Amino acid sequence: MFIVGPSGSGKSTLLRCVNRLEEPSAGAITFDGIDVLAPRTDINGIRRQMGMVFQSFNLYPHMTALGNVALALRKVLKMSRTEAADCARAALTRVGLADKADAHPSELSGGQQQRVAIARSLALSPKIMLFDEPTSALDPELVGSVLAVMRAMRESGMTMVVVSHELQFARAAADRVVFIDHGEIVEQGPPARVFGDPAHPRTREFVARIAGHQ
Amino acid sequence: MTDLDRFVFSFLNVEVMRRYLPSIAEGFVLTVELALAVIVTGLALGLTLAVVRSLQIRPVNWLIILGVDMLRAVPPLVIIVLFYFALPHVGVRMSGFTATWASLSLVLAAFSEEIFWAGILAVHKGQWEAARSTGLTFGQSLTFVVLPQAVRLTIPPLTNRAIAITKGTALASVVGVPEILSAAITGQSFAANPSPLTLGAIAYLILFIPFVVAGRFIETRFAWKR
Amino acid sequence: MDALVQNFFNVAIMRAAAPLLLKGLLMTVILCLVVAPAGVLAGMGVALMSTVRRRWVTWPLIVYVDFFRAFPPLVLLIFIFFGLPFVGIDLPAFAAVVLAFTLNASSYYGEIFRAGIESVTSGQTEAARSTGLTRVQTLAYVIIPQAVRNVLPDLIGNTLEVVKLTSLASVVALPELLYAARSAQSVTYNPSPIVLAAAMYFVLLWPGVRLLSRLEHRMIASR
Repeated sequence: MFIVGPSGSGKSTLLRCVNRLEEPSAGAITFDGIDVLAPRTDINGIRRQMGMVFQSFNLYPHMTALGNVALALRKVLKMSRTEAADCARAALTRVGLADKADAHPSELSGGQQQRVAIARSLALSPKIMLFDEPTSALDPELVGSVLAVMRAMRESGMTMVVVSHELQFARAAADRVVFIDHGEIVEQGPPARVFGDPAHPRTREFVARIAGHQ
Repeated sequence: MTDLDRFVFSFLNVEVMRRYLPSIAEGFVLTVELALAVIVTGLALGLTLAVVRSLQIRPVNWLIILGVDMLRAVPPLVIIVLFYFALPHVGVRMSGFTATWASLSLVLAAFSEEIFWAGILAVHKGQWEAARSTGLTFGQSLTFVVLPQAVRLTIPPLTNRAIAITKGTALASVVGVPEILSAAITGQSFAANPSPLTLGAIAYLILFIPFVVAGRFIETRFAWKR
Repeated sequence: MDALVQNFFNVAIMRAAAPLLLKGLLMTVILCLVVAPAGVLAGMGVALMSTVRRRWVTWPLIVYVDFFRAFPPLVLLIFIFFGLPFVGIDLPAFAAVVLAFTLNASSYYGEIFRAGIESVTSGQTEAARSTGLTRVQTLAYVIIPQAVRNVLPDLIGNTLEVVKLTSLASVVALPELLYAARSAQSVTYNPSPIVLAAAMYFVLLWPGVRLLSRLEHRMIASR
């Protein structure tokens, strides 16, 4: 699922409310039959099953790529050091970075860093992945590698919620597109319809403007 | 007497405080004088040394580095004791005030030289080149282009260091200078009551709290960007 | 020149005073080994508590930190050693010194750690929490290691200050290095022991001073 909309429309906030990095003031969020907002909910347990990828990667600069991926495996899933390392290596292999396991984030390109960040979430075998503008901070020539990883994840059946400006990619890869403006859903549906034949004037305007840019 | 009464009688004894207020007020003035003297000479000497160091004369720089390292490694009280108790043995006599002023000025000079020098290094090389390319001399480039930028960078660490070293004025009590702490200790032993110490403590807070709070403010305004 | 050597670099007197001074040095080292870790722990506690964004927690902490930073450590020591006995709290010199200097050092360490924790961006916390790490795990494995690394020069600098601070203990007759040197001076009526003590402080702290200088320059160069 893709969430699109102008800057400041509330896409990222919506995404961050899903795993309660921000507290929504009203509404309901249900994940796998559990009320995410209920005070008794084990939010850390839920977060473990929801991967999140950030615009600015947020890799831990004091750890290697492997260390970044392994930390939650050891501390949240309580794996042993060797188990976690094996699992982390497998996740890095999935994003095509098996050879960079011992590199620190500062030694990696932006695209590689973002793929390590994806591996960090992926390693926890989440049921859903949240992407907050995963390619906005990347140089254009590095975007492709990250999108390729995301496409492969989709093909393996991962549920993904993506906030992005990559409309081309959304058109090709999304099952559903949600257009948000001023904090509310303006329209939603399959990408072909939302982009090809938008019902709402605001959507039309947005699609035209973005298309003009690309 | 309840515990509270005993506490008030000991530490907040108004009658005792009133008796020793004048001598502690005099001590306050002396502390301020000493502190100002240390800050002025210490920073001036530190800046001078940093400028001399920027001339890059090898043997001179080694001397500066060695001197600065020594003054940074030896406790200020040890230096004061050396000046006041050791120098008279070779015929150099000075008052406790002078010994404290000279010692703390040297220590501040050492620390501020390092900070100023770091500031000068931090100003981008392009600034030097731009200034020299417009025909400014070395001295003019330093004075009008590099130092103004360097000083701005150094304000937060300098404030902190100057406060820390100025608090060392209390060490003057060890060499018989009747500054705040000394006046408070004398008052305490004469009155057999520690209220003069409370008064002295209040005097120090009045003197230093504004600087600590200002330092906190300056730190957020001019913070070194790391 | 001869008078200078006789008085300041008198080898015979230095040799005679050396055992006393070494004992003093041992006391100085013991003091540092108690005060520095206690100050680091208390300071880390202060810094961690101030990550709780509640006014009734942060304001008392700011008052604590600013109060002990404004207070000359010697004044604090005199107050504890000479003042507190009047209300029946009669601490031995060692305990008074440890208490005074730990209070002083913890306020500085606290401020340094706080700055370090604030230097780590909020994205780090978000990333860690999004993988299911708890608040405490996030602090322990993600935030604190980066915070300490960011303020390492300040931590080393403050620890050097703690070592130098211990010389004030001589004022309450705790037999550390400076006190030993002054005793030796008054017995021999020759200031060479003080010069020797100064040299010992220099040898003890010089590696730290050099290291600090290099770290500071590297930090500025990497800006």
